[in-house]
Amino acid sequence: MMNTPQQVKNPSTSLKSRFITRFLGALTKINAEDPISSPSPTRIFQRYRRIKVASNKSMAYSVRSRRIWSRAMLSRFRSRRSAFSGRRSSVKTTNCTTINVTINENKTAKGGLDMQTDELRELVPGGEAMDVCNLLDETAHYIKCLTTQVQVMRKIVDFCHLSK
Amino acid sequence: MSGRRSRSKQSSVSSITDDQITDLVSKLQHLIPELRRRRFDKVSTSKVLQETCNYIRSLHREVEDLSDRLSQLLASTDSDSDQAAIIRSLLMQ
Repeated sequence: MMNTPQQVKNPSTSLKSRFITRFLGALTKINAEDPISSPSPTRIFQRYRRIKVASNKSMAYSVRSRRIWSRAMLSRFRSRRSAFSGRRSSVKTTNCTTINVTINENKTAKGGLDMQTDELRELVPGGEAMDVCNLLDETAHYIKCLTTQVQVMRKIVDFCHLSK
Repeated sequence: MSGRRSRSKQSSVSSITDDQITDLVSKLQHLIPELRRRRFDKVSTSKVLQETCNYIRSLHREVEDLSDRLSQLLASTDSDSDQAAIIRSLLMQ
């Protein structure tokens, strides 16, 4: 990876710019495949879904496999894709075994905290399999990424408004 | 791998100390706008977790709302020449 002199060492800056590049690329593609003169509600709804997926995907790809939540999200996307193409995706059973063991260990300790984290586990990708420490740590990172996503998307919306 | 399954490995579970959890929870507290103002109050762990869930849900909704707006905006914007300008302005701050 080349570090240009302009890139600050701050990792969140380059994460943000990676996200921006990917997301804008996806938006360009979506716009190109859908000619301007088709504003039917169905098309707009399909476009909305594609944009939403593109946003989440762009962030997950920008984080790469450095985080449990991004890995979970990426494997979700991959299995969805192979489901669409009609191929049976070979599920990596090694991951499942690890998941089962982690859950069993959690049940034996800190039962109260576990109940409180149930809701959070459903919201954070891959949350079901994490121990409490990982869950809290991953949640913090996930929130930072979500706020970056929202921040960038807002700027794009503002820009589109301005350029009309 | 087989070592993980034995009961005698319970020590690795209880080594998640309360202090560690408190640290992580307070780190979360700083990220959530609702709770950041109450930094000097004592906020209970369950409150932090609850607010965290609410915040994540509101962020998800914002992504959906912004995607919705973008889908309508894109329908009437010409992309290519704008793209470069957008990228530049976004990256420059």
